[in-house]
Amino acid sequence: MKYIDEYRRPELVQGLLAAVGAKAAEIGREVTIMEICGTHTHAIGKYGLRRVLPANLRLISGPGCPVCVTSIGDVDAALHLAGLPGVIFATFGDMLRVPGTGGESLTGLRAAGADIRVISSAGDAVRFAAENPDRQVVLMGIGFETTAPTVAAAVLRAKQRGLENFCVFSVHKTVPKVIEALLADPELNIDGFICPGHVSVITGTEAYRVIPEAGRAAVITGFEPVDIAEGILMILHQIASGKFDVAIQYSRGVKEWGNARAREVMAEVFEPGDADWRGLGVISGSGLCIRREFAEFDALRRFDLPAPASAEVRGCSCGEVLRGVLTPPQCRLFLKACTPANPLGPCMVSGEGTCAAYYKYERDPG
Amino acid sequence: MRHERILLEHGSGGLLSHELITEVFLPLLRNPHLERLEDSAVLTVGERSICFTTDSYVIDPLFFPGGDIGSLAVHGTVNDLAVCGGRPLFISAGFIIEEGLPLEDLRRITLSMAEAARKAGVAVVTGDTKVVARGAADGLFINTSGIGLVEYPHPLSVKSIEAGDAVIVSGTVGDHGAAVLSRRRELGVISEVLSDSAPLNGLIAAILAASPRVHCMRDPTRGGLGAILAEIAKQSGRLIEIREKDVPVREEVRGICEILGFDPLFLANEGKVVVFCHPGDADRVLEVMRGHEYGREAALIGSVGERERGRLVLRTVIGSSREVDLPVGELVPRIC
Repeated sequence: MKYIDEYRRPELVQGLLAAVGAKAAEIGREVTIMEICGTHTHAIGKYGLRRVLPANLRLISGPGCPVCVTSIGDVDAALHLAGLPGVIFATFGDMLRVPGTGGESLTGLRAAGADIRVISSAGDAVRFAAENPDRQVVLMGIGFETTAPTVAAAVLRAKQRGLENFCVFSVHKTVPKVIEALLADPELNIDGFICPGHVSVITGTEAYRVIPEAGRAAVITGFEPVDIAEGILMILHQIASGKFDVAIQYSRGVKEWGNARAREVMAEVFEPGDADWRGLGVISGSGLCIRREFAEFDALRRFDLPAPASAEVRGCSCGEVLRGVLTPPQCRLFLKACTPANPLGPCMVSGEGTCAAYYKYERDPG
Repeated sequence: MRHERILLEHGSGGLLSHELITEVFLPLLRNPHLERLEDSAVLTVGERSICFTTDSYVIDPLFFPGGDIGSLAVHGTVNDLAVCGGRPLFISAGFIIEEGLPLEDLRRITLSMAEAARKAGVAVVTGDTKVVARGAADGLFINTSGIGLVEYPHPLSVKSIEAGDAVIVSGTVGDHGAAVLSRRRELGVISEVLSDSAPLNGLIAAILAASPRVHCMRDPTRGGLGAILAEIAKQSGRLIEIREKDVPVREEVRGICEILGFDPLFLANEGKVVVFCHPGDADRVLEVMRGHEYGREAALIGSVGERERGRLVLRTVIGSSREVDLPVGELVPRIC
């Protein structure tokens, strides 16, 4: 397949890996690189990249899986909304199996009779609202700058069509603020970031300025093996030279200035607000709340939510995994109590989650 | 069982399906035939060995590119018999019809069944019809059972797999899954991929005639090639190694998978067989397969290792390796 196969060519990957090996040897000390985005974690696992990297290069996974960073309180709120009589709850598929306090999930609610529908784009939920005027449609707005503009566009469309039975439960989050939090975390010592390819299509390079300002490397990287190997090499070059910047490896997708139109749509409907991140706590200004002008589309204003009585699963280390402090095998529940078939924490549930990626791809093939 | 209710995922062909069978059905219905958990039961009647299988079809949409529920219901059962070494002879058809189904649809589907049965050389010899109220079913469900005559002298079973065996697949994987996905309107993908739904008894008879050392065959339907090989690795206790670059995948199927975030290894097939045979017979088997209309793109994709590990290992395109396990969860699109 043209445009994809060329980024998977074994000889190209091997050439880049040889250069990575040489550069890592030149740097000498241990180098820690965080991939923020869950799609990177999965690509690294799928192609077996971790196993062919030099020993002094450590890849850790960050808080880039939207489902995983959704707080248990927000999961419980979603379960509450989905269980309300007459509600059609529209969600992206990854949310389905995430357990709330007590272990119930959207899949379980659906089996018990709730009308929970998996969508592949936010527009599907607007269609449900138009087709079911006597029902309330709640769209779970989740994701980073990649999905937030599409949810914003759905709200604009619903307003334009005068759909009064459509609203959004927004747990959207944005990437720049969480990077600041990671940089400020004394437990972490990250030398460079593999910055997310898709988010950057929208944000451009501006979102990551704080990284070189803090003396760390930042490379916006694509998702194919050639991309990732090249992205890592570019990070090592910045570290070796001591000249830090936001570089773009994924130039076929990302422009320096991003997608201004998508950002406008997002800003028309959403405004920055506090967001509760699993593992990281509340980060001021890192969430996207629905603006007052669109209040009628805000599920939080339309429905009463019960007072929070949410509690994390005991022993679950998702918080530490999301900050890159622990790798999944270091969690005492991993592979024992917590498996994809019986996930206790969100990092095991979501297809994008770090624990799921380690379970699926990173067990020793022998 | 970890869930108090049946979830959609229990029907996915993955880990939860496996649990449902081994923790609910098998303990309550246990007997030596069922215990083998193969695609058909092989039974001795007088002097003869017969194989017997059943399968239900609930596909949405009823008509899809390259087939429909009627032809699929014939092919699926014919193939389940054939992979156990049976020559399919007779099948039954049970129809569960939702009130309101257009008669014209039922006619088209039945005609398609008749055509598929004729092509596969089987007769539909008995049947049943039930109609349920609107909403109690979705259009039409079909169950077929089949009986075949086993003539191959050796048992075809995961238990017969040996170290060194060649692993051969009869053609491109994921075609059926991709064709059905492309017709789900909510995904909005337009493609020309056709389902591979086909009767494999002719191809399989040719393979068995060409090699006296075929050890096991399976048709990788729900869960795809990845799930079936992971299951065989578990059941046989063997280490199975396959090379990603050698697994044939159609360009369009890869395209759909790239867009929707699926792995062709785990997409359903309805006209493919995976063969485990002695490595000395691999060339002969490949040649015979490639000479048959349903095996033109057959490929040697891997082998059975020496060590008994019960695992499936994939050699990745960049030359690294990873373990492949039974899929968990429904096939749902990613969210970022």
